[in-house]
Amino acid sequence: MADALLEIRDLHVRVGDKPILRGVDLVVCAGEVHAVMGPNGSGKSTLANVLAGREGYEVTRGTVRFRGADLLALAPEERARAGVFLAFQYPVEIPGVGNSYFMKASVNAVRAARGLTQLDAIDFLGLVKQKAKELEMDEKFLSRSVNEGFSGGEKKRNEILQMSLLEPALAVLDETDSGLDIDALRIVADGVNRLRSPERAILAITHYQRLLEYLVPDRTHVLIGGRIAKSGDRGLALELEKRGYAWIEAEAR
Amino acid sequence: MRGVAAELAFERIFQSAPRERAALDAWRAFAERGLPTTRDEDWRFTPLAALEALDFAEPDGGEIPADALATARARVGDARRTAGALHAPFGAVLEAKLAPFSALNAALAERGAAIDVSADCERSVPFHLVRWLGGGAQLASPRARVTVRAGARATVIEHFVGAPDARSLSNSATDLVLERGAELHYVQLQELPETAFHVSSLASRQAGDSRLHMTSLALGARLSRVQIAATLEGEGAELELDGLYLGRGAQHPDHHTTIDHAAPHTTSRELFKGILDGRAHGVFHGRVHVRPGAQKIDAAQTNRALLLSDGAVIDSKPQLEIYADDVKCSHGASIGQLDPDALFYLRARGLDLAQARALLTTAFAREVLERLPVAALRESLERTLHDWLAPRSAR
Repeated sequence: MADALLEIRDLHVRVGDKPILRGVDLVVCAGEVHAVMGPNGSGKSTLANVLAGREGYEVTRGTVRFRGADLLALAPEERARAGVFLAFQYPVEIPGVGNSYFMKASVNAVRAARGLTQLDAIDFLGLVKQKAKELEMDEKFLSRSVNEGFSGGEKKRNEILQMSLLEPALAVLDETDSGLDIDALRIVADGVNRLRSPERAILAITHYQRLLEYLVPDRTHVLIGGRIAKSGDRGLALELEKRGYAWIEAEAR
Repeated sequence: MRGVAAELAFERIFQSAPRERAALDAWRAFAERGLPTTRDEDWRFTPLAALEALDFAEPDGGEIPADALATARARVGDARRTAGALHAPFGAVLEAKLAPFSALNAALAERGAAIDVSADCERSVPFHLVRWLGGGAQLASPRARVTVRAGARATVIEHFVGAPDARSLSNSATDLVLERGAELHYVQLQELPETAFHVSSLASRQAGDSRLHMTSLALGARLSRVQIAATLEGEGAELELDGLYLGRGAQHPDHHTTIDHAAPHTTSRELFKGILDGRAHGVFHGRVHVRPGAQKIDAAQTNRALLLSDGAVIDSKPQLEIYADDVKCSHGASIGQLDPDALFYLRARGLDLAQARALLTTAFAREVLERLPVAALRESLERTLHDWLAPRSAR
């Protein structure tokens, strides 16, 4: 077995008084793509947010290790610098902050943490234009405010643009496929596939299996009631598409 | 007058020189009321105790030091520095709603700056009036009048700077007169030391189809009170009134604005933004008055304040008085902290908390800054804001 990049053990998470995750175990190795599927309210987004370090989620039990180190002890920016990337389900609009300016600050913050030289404005512009082109994204989105007035699909593309600039070791995609038409889905999936390498891993959280047609997972997990109720290969995703979640819910009881 | 130290000092200064008739009238108008107190509705949130206690002296006539002048000029870049001499006092700023400070200015101002722009003037270069406030506890009474003739265009920057640690009071009065079809950008940039006092009375009058864009940037002073009385007198007149105020420590920036729609088919847009830290106390009072018969009015007012600390306070009071029926008026006020979702988003991309806060705070102010008419000013103010936020970020 390859090295474990992400190791989640017995993870319990509460939001307010409400337990959401109730003992999640998940190991993702370098080079792998894992899909986490599940019905609404099963805790999929909670898992993504906990990995990225969002406030308001209380870990009551369990551990999350990233490259062997305690991920939960790190501030959100430290996780990003260590190579964890969350593609947001609902990317935030930030009026007054230029998209390109923000991405340059982000890339340079991550580069500084990795001991790399800072990119100047010209180098960065060259890089971001090339990446935007790969995602068939109009350059006008670079000069606008972060996500402001972007359509749902444009926001998702902007997430993948940031991901391709930051080249994370672990990319967590939180419902990145929602709100995308079929062409946009293919472009976004191509962007994610370009990132695939033996050193990197992808955790794709999704409600539907259609993203997985383009982004073929090595493992598929079904999250129900805050636990992984079933794991399997790609065939499991197809079965879920056909049969829904009820049969697993029944099995899990 | 109640005979507080500052009032007695004002009286002494007034009597130290022979005054013209109009100055006598103005002094009487001031003395009748004296300095306002918090029992006065318009001064409810702005106590003047610290100012009242000071024994002000006449301005020493000292020139602005060369380095301060160079710094002030660098902010604005290429500009015209000369203005005609204006003999004060005279009437226009003696509006009752700006009294008593405008009356005090009229009683004591000896001369001021007059800018008169006709349509054949060179348009692109802004006028830059640097107002220097000397050290100690002096009373300065700067006076300015800007007249933009029919069809002419101008940009004027009135810039208040002062000696470090001055406890002086800058009590200025400015009136802006726009003739038919005239266009004026007026910027008041106040960056006095955080020990000084600033009261500015601004009155504008606009003839038909004129366009005025007025911006108040209140960055410094221990206590600042910018009181604006804008009157739209002719059909088709448009007013854009912007403001940005910063407060930290015990600073107290107060804006008191009155927009008077005296003619039909007039438009006003008001946008004020405040950033308050420490124990700063901001005040925004925005009054919009639509007179009877002034139909087809379009007036919108927004005041947004960002509170960066638990101790910072804003008192925000919109006041719409509408006496015509076919009008479109709106107002919105919001008070808040930085958006936690936006902060998390930036941090999830590797920016640390201080960087993320600075980026969002600057973005908040940018809506006002990016509307400034002079590029050099826009750029230098972004840097100023960055520096203003820096000590906070270091914490």
